[in-house]
Amino acid sequence: MADLLLDEILVPLRAFDLRLTLEVDRTVALVGPSGAGKTTILRTIAGLVRPQAGQIAVAGQTWFDAAHRVDLPVDERAVGFLFQDYALFPHLTVRQNIEFARRHKADDYLERFRIESLAGARPSELSGGERQRVALARALARDPKVLLLDEPLAALDSRTKATVRGELQELLADLDIPTLFVTHDFEDAAALAGRVGVLVDGQLRQIGTTQELVSRPADPFVASFTGANLLRGTVTGASNGIARVRLEDGTVISTVEPAEGDVVVAVYPWDVIVGIEPPHDSALNVIRAPIRTITELGNRVRLGVGPISAEITSESLRRLGLAAGQVVYASFKATGTRVLSRAEAAP
Amino acid sequence: MKRLLLAVGAGIAAFVALAFLVLPIVALFVHTSPGRLIDQLSDPAVKDAFLVSLRTSLIAQALIVLVGTPTAYLIATRRFPGRTLAITLVELPLVLPPAVAGIGLLAAFGRAGLLGSTFDALGFSIPFTQAAVVMAVAFVASPLYIRQAIASFEGVNPDLVSASRTLGAGPARTFLRVVLPLARAGLAAGIALSFARGIGEFGATIMFAGSLQGVTQTLPLAIYAEFARNFDTAVAIGAALVLFSLVLLLALRLLLSWQISFSTRSWFRFGPSTSG
Repeated sequence: MADLLLDEILVPLRAFDLRLTLEVDRTVALVGPSGAGKTTILRTIAGLVRPQAGQIAVAGQTWFDAAHRVDLPVDERAVGFLFQDYALFPHLTVRQNIEFARRHKADDYLERFRIESLAGARPSELSGGERQRVALARALARDPKVLLLDEPLAALDSRTKATVRGELQELLADLDIPTLFVTHDFEDAAALAGRVGVLVDGQLRQIGTTQELVSRPADPFVASFTGANLLRGTVTGASNGIARVRLEDGTVISTVEPAEGDVVVAVYPWDVIVGIEPPHDSALNVIRAPIRTITELGNRVRLGVGPISAEITSESLRRLGLAAGQVVYASFKATGTRVLSRAEAAP
Repeated sequence: MKRLLLAVGAGIAAFVALAFLVLPIVALFVHTSPGRLIDQLSDPAVKDAFLVSLRTSLIAQALIVLVGTPTAYLIATRRFPGRTLAITLVELPLVLPPAVAGIGLLAAFGRAGLLGSTFDALGFSIPFTQAAVVMAVAFVASPLYIRQAIASFEGVNPDLVSASRTLGAGPARTFLRVVLPLARAGLAAGIALSFARGIGEFGATIMFAGSLQGVTQTLPLAIYAEFARNFDTAVAIGAALVLFSLVLLLALRLLLSWQISFSTRSWFRFGPSTSG
């Protein structure tokens, strides 16, 4: 398996320095807020941005080495780059776009990506999903040794997105080259990548499997990015190894994690149970509040209840007959909480 | 009542303006009969002037495109210190009175000029030769092309250039296969504009190149020379130049609408079916 290696890359940006050491064997997703430097990393690997220091190697070949003055021109780096808005050449047909890479017969790619019928069309005549397929076909027709995807799903509407995400999943599973893709959507990252790195202000805060990020977030930012509720409060005491945290709105919750002073408690929405009656179970934490918001997420719904959001199935929503404004009980176990120190500055 | 007065006033102003602009042009064509107009054009002085104009304009235009295109691309795509100054310098001849351009060219390339002694030593002199006509035309006309070319290159999405490079195309292939086709309507418009300006060039040419029939006398200079000798011939040349300008203007309109529709889906109505 060919590897992509980034060693102590340094790119000075306007607001901060981008610093990164990263090894990509299969698929790695970089997530982070916009402006974190995600796209810059892809452009640096492709040679479109020149780092001040560091090394880039792909499949054992050095592409960039500041110390030894190695800097391969863009066109000599075998990258498959999928641009955010696909960057298809508007003056060329689909077939000509794919032939531009000049490596293979366009027919193979037209067939593989099921776009034969579009061969003679111009990019402006295509739908978002079709454009993405053409752009992917074009990027792969170049015979890349590394695949770089910049927000591959961001330009699509939510309906198309689900389909395209599935196609992309299959494609990446079949491909035998390291793939780095950036997204601001943790769900996309979780769906497509084995490992996910969280990038904030040019720094890699944490990298690991999605499981690791969810169960052991390194800081409040990672926790919020993975979708956790972040509850700010102050530890008021502890008994039987359970700490009590008074939240900013006065609610007191319990956690099994050691805690002291001002803290942030992370709770995942899917660990929160919603009921219309006070629960009689093992959950130590119960919040009674009206439903603030109801947001549909495909077959699930996210409910805003007091300071917390809970995720339940649409089926449960119907069964309980829940509606906005209705007072409900949101409960979660003290063992389902993660305590993060507030010093680890949440953005 | 007041509104009506304003509307009538504006209407009259528009009529006066249009009449004022159109009347001299109409006058050129009604001054004599069309047959006689054509007869006048067979005057040898007119033929000479036509050939001089054609030759110098084509050479000047070729030079403008050859040197102006890379210049415009550099200014459009690179950020370097002094870029704004470079743009200002490129545009300066646009606002310069042609007489000033002519005296400037003499001061730079004339016998007693800045580079005059250098040229003398090399054994040639520029003023009052056809080369001087080419230089005068290039000087006043190039800003129109370069300005338009900068705008056209700036309009090309930089991601498309990057995409071309990541697909294995070097800078030259990227320029020829991506940048040029996407900017070509604008570049063609720039050529039309600067060509029109160059054909009409008078002030700088007469000062720097003089008005020698068959050598440096271009069509506008011939109008000036003939108007003392044979007014009808001057009018005939004028009418021919008006027709030429009209054709260029129409071509320009078409090119610019091509550029605009190019960004939308109807581009291929104008474009070739394939491009290699």
